[in-house]
Amino acid sequence: MADRIGGNISSLTDGMLASITVLLIFQLIGEILAQWLRLPVPGPVLGMLLLFAALVVRGEVPPALRDTANGLLQHLSLLFVPAGAGVMTHAGLLASAWLPTTVAILSSTAVTLLLTAWVMRIGAGGR
Amino acid sequence: MNPELRDLWVYLSTSPLLGLTLTLIAYQIAHAVYLKAGAHPLANPVALAVALVVAVLTLTDTSYGVYFEGAQFVHFLLGPATVALAVPLYAQWPRLKKLFGASMLALAAGSITSVVSVWLIAEALGAAPEVLRSLAPKSVTTPIAMGISEKIGGLPSLTAVLVILTGIVGAVMAPALLKSTGTHDDAIRGFAMGIGAHGIGTARAFQLSETAGAFSALAMGLNGMVTSIVVPVLVNWLA
Repeated sequence: MADRIGGNISSLTDGMLASITVLLIFQLIGEILAQWLRLPVPGPVLGMLLLFAALVVRGEVPPALRDTANGLLQHLSLLFVPAGAGVMTHAGLLASAWLPTTVAILSSTAVTLLLTAWVMRIGAGGR
Repeated sequence: MNPELRDLWVYLSTSPLLGLTLTLIAYQIAHAVYLKAGAHPLANPVALAVALVVAVLTLTDTSYGVYFEGAQFVHFLLGPATVALAVPLYAQWPRLKKLFGASMLALAAGSITSVVSVWLIAEALGAAPEVLRSLAPKSVTTPIAMGISEKIGGLPSLTAVLVILTGIVGAVMAPALLKSTGTHDDAIRGFAMGIGAHGIGTARAFQLSETAGAFSALAMGLNGMVTSIVVPVLVNWLA
């Protein structure tokens, strides 16, 4: 019994370890390709597209990879906090240009969201 | 502060432990507030957590550089998390095939609109040229945006901040805005959020549904590629 539980736990962590390794390898391939081919796209985004292509070819997602991906993505918001706190380093510049930047970001984002959704609805047959 | 306490503070503030712990605590408080507020979009967890972190750093007179020594471990996970977006995306493969043409049209429209509209509005309001150039790639994920900004003569670190602000603004306004215009299809809502508000929009889209999240992730990736190609051309024409 204890053996079986131990076995299950170790196969569980083995699966997670393997999945994290897969994610890092795809990121690494993405980084290498982006550098090598001088693509303007960051390595992780290229890695995402490559992993997507690999899954399409494979025809299924390994369960351990699905669990690991879901775990990482569950708190995706957390991962933006360190970069977001960088706002404090530009407090001066932002304070002097707050009106144009705020108005521009607010209205441009609203227009972009609405136009993208509108074009896609038309393209998909007016849903 | 008594000397012993100060020694302890000096010791701790040089280790990555504080920055890392602060990030996790701030996020969990922000997430709890977000849930308590009935998942109200204005209680955006990224915005709240950032505000908490900045408040603590300012009160303790800690520099962003020292904080980032610890926070970089969380920041690093953005890479593998971006790769992991392939998994929910794959789950949408059948729908994606059907919506392929519409997605490409929406991608082209959204990408160009974002750059041109932010430039023209900020210019009309008197923003300095370096601010305009830093704003142009605002809708794409931070690392791409910083690269574009550098290429066209913006300030990459300012771009990073503007990108995050755009993400938060987009995540806050998108669900209500899209609903008010009658967009109920989660694939379309997600796609628009990925185009307009990159990773933060994607994080928000996952709270709507897995379909919205997956389409948002796709849109974010595609928009990064398209924007890095069109921004230098558009800026040449706008400037």
